Amino acid sequence: MVIAAMLRKHSADVYVLPNSAEVGSNWRMGMKKLILAAVISAASFGIATAASAGTLDNVKQKGQVVCGANPGTAGFGVPDQQGNWTGLDVEYCRAIAAAVFNDPTKAKFVPLSSKDRFTALASGEVDVLIRNSTWTMSRETTLGIIWAGINYYDGQGFIVNNKLGVKSAKELNGATICVQQGTTTELNVADYFRANKMEYKVVTFGTSEEALKAYDSGRCDSYTTDRSGLAADRLSMTKPDDHTILPEIISKEPLGPVVRQGDDQWLNLVKWVHNALLISEELGVTKANVDEMMKSENPEIKRLLGVEGKFGESLGLSNAWVVQIVKALGNYGEVFDRNVGPSSPLKLVRGSNALWNQGGLQYAPPIR
Amino acid sequence: MSSQISGSHATAKVVFYNDPKFRSRFAQFVLLVAIGLFAYFAYENTSENLRKRNIAQGFGFWDVEAGFDISQTLIAYSAASSYGRAFWVGLLNTLLVSLVSIFFATILGFIIGILRLSRNWIVSRLAGVYIEVFRNIPLLLILYFWYGAVLGALPEPRDSLAIPGDIWLNNRGLLVPRPLIAGDILYTVAALGIGILGAYILARFARRRQAETGERLPVGWISTALIFGLPLLVYLGVGTPLGFDFPEKGRFNLTGGLNLAPEFVAMVVGLSTYTSAFIAETIRAGVLAVSKGQTEASQALGLSRGQTLRLVVVPQALRVIVPPLNSEYLSLTKNSSLGVSIGYPDLVNVFTGTVLNQTGQAIEMVSVTMLVYLTFSLLTSAFMNWFNRRVALVER
Repeated sequence: MVIAAMLRKHSADVYVLPNSAEVGSNWRMGMKKLILAAVISAASFGIATAASAGTLDNVKQKGQVVCGANPGTAGFGVPDQQGNWTGLDVEYCRAIAAAVFNDPTKAKFVPLSSKDRFTALASGEVDVLIRNSTWTMSRETTLGIIWAGINYYDGQGFIVNNKLGVKSAKELNGATICVQQGTTTELNVADYFRANKMEYKVVTFGTSEEALKAYDSGRCDSYTTDRSGLAADRLSMTKPDDHTILPEIISKEPLGPVVRQGDDQWLNLVKWVHNALLISEELGVTKANVDEMMKSENPEIKRLLGVEGKFGESLGLSNAWVVQIVKALGNYGEVFDRNVGPSSPLKLVRGSNALWNQGGLQYAPPIR
Repeated sequence: MSSQISGSHATAKVVFYNDPKFRSRFAQFVLLVAIGLFAYFAYENTSENLRKRNIAQGFGFWDVEAGFDISQTLIAYSAASSYGRAFWVGLLNTLLVSLVSIFFATILGFIIGILRLSRNWIVSRLAGVYIEVFRNIPLLLILYFWYGAVLGALPEPRDSLAIPGDIWLNNRGLLVPRPLIAGDILYTVAALGIGILGAYILARFARRRQAETGERLPVGWISTALIFGLPLLVYLGVGTPLGFDFPEKGRFNLTGGLNLAPEFVAMVVGLSTYTSAFIAETIRAGVLAVSKGQTEASQALGLSRGQTLRLVVVPQALRVIVPPLNSEYLSLTKNSSLGVSIGYPDLVNVFTGTVLNQTGQAIEMVSVTMLVYLTFSLLTSAFMNWFNRRVALVER
């Protein structure tokens, strides 16, 4: 403002009167630069403040957890017509809210496209990103973010229209494939066709809806994304029964909640909310029996439910944190079943997502 | 102020800090330093913060293998190429779609603008409807319309529409035979060059002749014959040294030939129709700005309506048309960044989209992209300013 004032003064002091347009444009230009500088500085300060404060304190102060969510993948994150969010990832966010506030509704969802999600997390727009995000090395080493666990073991697949008569991804030589931008999908499909020495044409879209619409209208022979996503997307097509998901799984896609690096307290919290959901299932603690389980003699259950020890406090929560989560949402198995499993339209099998002692990969370290 | 000054200098020497020149320079200097310091601070602060949270920075990614494919590439590119190469692919795609769209938008805009001025009531109203429709719909919707509703409704590859001359149209685009150089094409190219040069010399000669004698030559016809006829004769003479790669039916789509992807076609048609509506209004304004006396005078001299338009009205209207036309071209180029919504791999789609996401370096990508668009805009402006000086009224 001082500079602007000076500039104005300077213009007025000139003895040979410049025409008014010149003064105006000079002044305007000065203002523009100032505004630009202000915006840049605000942006950089924004980054600075997000770094210093502890996320948990911040969340408690705001009174809600802000989660980056999928704008529309059935079973994982999608708002219904009333604006209520549902899905596996969405319930993870609610679980965090239940652990912190003992109220699963204190979660706010920010729909993010694949391309915007990591920037939104890194810049502090959201507290945690739970949005079918694949854990990869480069993302963790260059984006300043860190995965807190794997809440869904997935792999990339292809979906094709039945009338093409394609039974295997190996038959896709020469096909046109629609993909969504900013995903590991985009890279895996290139790798797959390169490795199998096949030709293909890729059409890349900014959002999954656009890519899906293009595939549905016949622009592409196949659409590719994580297989769980394909199952969800199939439901949104004009004629779901006309499309088949090919058997090949061409990549590892470990999906899970992501937080910013440099805030270990918050990382621990998100990680242990996930672990608590798994351990609850492992120990048979469900939404229905959690009150009864409080009376259990099993020391593992006692520690889990905070009857013994101060595990909740060590996370900055109350010791009944797991009781709060399970009362609100149930255990991992219940959440899975309700959103993507047999009780949902997706009807996905547990497969790799079964507990470790039931042939799956879901394994949580013990609470002790 | 001057009452303070005394002594032998009757001309009242001003103290340096009261000198208007010094003051103005000093103010400018302070402003410059302040902005410089601020920029430095913003840069340092940002990079410090990025370092703190382990976010990569710098341009080290430029030579790293990209690992993704792009549907339309003007230069050789594969998933094994570098991010830098992907940048150039995107940049060229942006340039291509902008230049082709500018070409069509200008022609279409010019025609619609003239039709809008027609004395024929129906014609002028139809042009008016065209302008109002395309000018008042957001460009994104126009793109969706052409891409989804028009091109998306074309038949599937198996039921491709056949157009005589081995041209096929389906929802994967327009396939035309790809010309292949089979023999010695050089003579034909040389003949084309000679034809263009000949037409240029002829035009100069004809102008001088008209100025001296008042006689006019049929320049148009002779030029056409020179530019098209001569190379054609040579081409046939040396035994048609051009082969064609015809599209053939493959497993999924027609293969071979030259494929104009629907994304590209939708972008060109969308950008051209949208921008042409604005250009048409610019043209109309320019023509109306030429005083009616000019038209009446040229008609009094016996010039036909066409000649009046071509020789008297348009040259004068251009003075008014060119500056706003420049802005239309600039916005068209910038609007081409909407390509990402319909899958056209322009700079924003490839570089600020995919590359940004794979590397996560938003600040570098966005700065480079801004720089590219700024360069495009400045180059377009420079060209249009040059053109404007050429068509400007020479005042005596």
